[in-house]
Amino acid sequence: MPEFFLELFSEEIPARMQREAGVQLEKICSAALAGLKIQVVEVFTGPRRIALKAIVNEATEAREIEERGPRESAPEAALAGFLGKHKATRADVVAEGGFFLLRRRQPAVAAGDLILSMLPGALAKFSWPKSMRWGQSGEFTWVRPLRRVVCLLDGEVISFALGPVVAGNVTEGHRFLAPGAFEVVSAADWQAKLRERFVIADQNERRDLVVSGLAKAAAEVGLTVAEDAGLLDEVTGLVEWPVALVGKIDEGFMELPPEVRELSMKVNQRYFALRDAAGKPAARFAFVSNIAAEDGNKAIVAGNERVLRARLSDARHFWDLDLKTPLDELLPKLDKIVFHAKIGTQGERAARIERLAGEIAEALALDGNAARQAKWAGKLCKADLVTGMVGEFPELQGIIGGYYAKKNAPYWDGEIVGPAIQTHYQPKGPSDQVPNGKIAASVALADKLDTLIEFFRVGEKPTGSGDPYALRRAALGVIRIILENDISLSLSRFLSHDEELFSFIIERLRVKLKSEGQRPDIFDAIISIRRNDDLLNIMKRVDAVTKIVNSDLGRNVLIGYRRAANILKIEDEIDGPHSVESISTNFETNEESDLRYALDSIAVDAVESFNNGDYDPFLQYLSGLRSPLDAFFEKVTINSTNPVLRRSRLGQLALLRSRMHLIADFSKIEG
Amino acid sequence: MTEPAAAAKPKSFQDIILTLHAFWARQGCVILQPYDVEMGAGTFHPATTLRALGPKPWRAAYVQPSRRPSDGRYGENPNRLQHYYQYQVIIKPSPADAQDLLLQSYREIGLDLLQHDFRFVEDDWESPTLGAWGLGWEVWCDGMEVGQFTYFQQVGGMAVELPSFEMTYGLERLAMYVQGVERVYDLDFNGAGVTYGDVFLRAEKEYSAYNFEFADTEMLIRHFADAEVECGALVGRALALPAYDQCIKASHLFNLLDARGVISVAERASYIGRVRGLAKACAEAWVAGDVYA
Repeated sequence: MPEFFLELFSEEIPARMQREAGVQLEKICSAALAGLKIQVVEVFTGPRRIALKAIVNEATEAREIEERGPRESAPEAALAGFLGKHKATRADVVAEGGFFLLRRRQPAVAAGDLILSMLPGALAKFSWPKSMRWGQSGEFTWVRPLRRVVCLLDGEVISFALGPVVAGNVTEGHRFLAPGAFEVVSAADWQAKLRERFVIADQNERRDLVVSGLAKAAAEVGLTVAEDAGLLDEVTGLVEWPVALVGKIDEGFMELPPEVRELSMKVNQRYFALRDAAGKPAARFAFVSNIAAEDGNKAIVAGNERVLRARLSDARHFWDLDLKTPLDELLPKLDKIVFHAKIGTQGERAARIERLAGEIAEALALDGNAARQAKWAGKLCKADLVTGMVGEFPELQGIIGGYYAKKNAPYWDGEIVGPAIQTHYQPKGPSDQVPNGKIAASVALADKLDTLIEFFRVGEKPTGSGDPYALRRAALGVIRIILENDISLSLSRFLSHDEELFSFIIERLRVKLKSEGQRPDIFDAIISIRRNDDLLNIMKRVDAVTKIVNSDLGRNVLIGYRRAANILKIEDEIDGPHSVESISTNFETNEESDLRYALDSIAVDAVESFNNGDYDPFLQYLSGLRSPLDAFFEKVTINSTNPVLRRSRLGQLALLRSRMHLIADFSKIEG
Repeated sequence: MTEPAAAAKPKSFQDIILTLHAFWARQGCVILQPYDVEMGAGTFHPATTLRALGPKPWRAAYVQPSRRPSDGRYGENPNRLQHYYQYQVIIKPSPADAQDLLLQSYREIGLDLLQHDFRFVEDDWESPTLGAWGLGWEVWCDGMEVGQFTYFQQVGGMAVELPSFEMTYGLERLAMYVQGVERVYDLDFNGAGVTYGDVFLRAEKEYSAYNFEFADTEMLIRHFADAEVECGALVGRALALPAYDQCIKASHLFNLLDARGVISVAERASYIGRVRGLAKACAEAWVAGDVYA
């Protein structure tokens, strides 16, 4: 079967867009050439080209097509219109079942013709995250100027125009190592000739070369490469001919925090950090060049070392300068920075976080010193916003403040306050760690709760379409810090008793549970019976009820419960709500008195224990209920003709319902 | 290999400028002199901003002193300056071989493209104050940015009729690389004993003090308001170029106020919006045509 090959060669495509472009190219070709039963064999992506190799049929299949026209009874004009639309004559249609039918044979279309008719239009709709016009493009847009298109069907050029470019069989290799154009006849020829011209077309092979090259270069100096899959992907998209090299970092820069050094290396330079045998940061870095130079890459390594030196001198300049001033002396500057026009300054924010962190620490029964350190961390946690380092590397906020609070700590305990500041923005996303320990948790909670309280207070709440202040993430952070640190905390007083905000947090908890595959109905059953603002306790009860619902005993009692609830629903409509009061003390049957006894056997502390996570007493209660309940439904006629007996029996069902509802509204639980 | 043999002695700062002038002149560019109003970047020069608009082809190259008050370091930082030189090229419409031309210019300055790792790394350019954006790259040489390459898409809030190629070289940084110098003040300025420090160190110290400590902020605020009013009045008289001077002045005054740290985050956005409004009005007046022709 014929080979179809397409290459779109352009000026440098941003690395982050390449993978998605490959996916899109495959989709476009698969859809456009579906008639040829296209089988995509391989998709290539790289800095200057995206390409696709496929197998196609020689032609589309010929087939009969049938179009239904107007009714036979329709006016003559309707038929004329139908014929005109399909360029057919009266002789082409037959009447069948009251309708005119047009049947005709669609002949096979040769692959080349189909490609020519379908592909250019489909490629013109290619969509890039950002695209542009250039001097020769007219209204056509591409991610960067498109320079060449290769389109081959079994070696024959299928020539069409894509924007200002006409497809042919000519492409280019490495920009510097093999300048100039050359012709190709097939995908394999293309790939081989590119390799001769210092281009590894296959991104997977290129990534493997990057990985193995870096590992080898690091091993030569006795080191290993710090893992960074994202950076590997990016670098793979930046080079056509990867050459991994290692450079030195001046020892003087090793006293900088590794975060500072490695952030600058990664973000600004796409360098890889290296580790020694003990896993410690090494005074070397690895990087990937796009060229193997004749001087053994000496100039390239020296050049990159110099760039890093300049970057790190800048960082060290800020580090030295910032360390001269303890964080507390920076606080007045926070008063001049507006956090949000409606909310106020960063200074006010820091003061609120300080107070809140102290209150939370006390509520968590931390001792006086621990609570004082939590307050210090709250007070200082935003101070690094006015340091030179954060001005230069905003990503380091929090982390660098932690270092500064540890190194220069005139009034506070740097070993406690430093780490608490360092982690107070955490978790920054669903996969990020939560702060560890009650002091750090108090500060991180205070930070997030303050954000939530203030934005709700000024009416900047998330909407269906937008959450510009990431309040959902903040709420999820609150939930995770509480649950993952096993913190029991009555939340309302730390939410300024804002009910809407509390509901917002509860809703985020429900979404979290759902995404984890837990049952939202059980969650609803728990939270609807009683207002409880202790998330840890809510989750303990959810776990307990989940276990009950999934047990044999629970399932059995629930059947009885549902039967009771259904009966009550009907009878309540007739008589108004039935209640415990109408239960008669003169039982006609043993089943009635047995049930009454079993229902009453619950002790107050069984519910209490249940709510605190010990559900054994409540399970015992349920197991005591099981057979009396079964017997009651089996033997007792609830709708007795005696109105007193009927009311008494319905009253027993109401009692069952209210007993069950002591722990959850089981009517909300699906069964 | 067609590479020229590596020069025995790297080019001086001014030789680099002269080489670029000669090279871009051969590409048909008019070689302009710096614009005589303070500005933050060569892009603000009307030969770029305004000429990027409209249907007429245009090729120009020039050096533009660029002022970034916040980047001043009192002459103490090896590579940060509040005043530095940009070499700016604009070719409209963008030529098909723009990347090759650019690389050729590096060759002529003395960089051997086979001994160094040259790269085009995504960097989309945007100027909120000019209401302008374009797509392009940072040009890297061995991990160092040696230029900014942009295909203009919008200027003064308007989509460009004919996309231009714009190239900005940071001259000091490029010269430091060519000369292998670690500290900007050690650059060989003229190949005859004068260093960059001899020419500019005192200015860096004095202007850093002015920018950060002594600029009279109330006066700057007043001047900003004056420039804004004047710009509007001149746009009203279809005097696009004089109006645009006032827009550039307003932009620089804003940068000074920013360096003095008196602009809050909220105000910042509003100032930028005001300058953008001026740039947009000037661009529209420019496109509307030369009524005094």
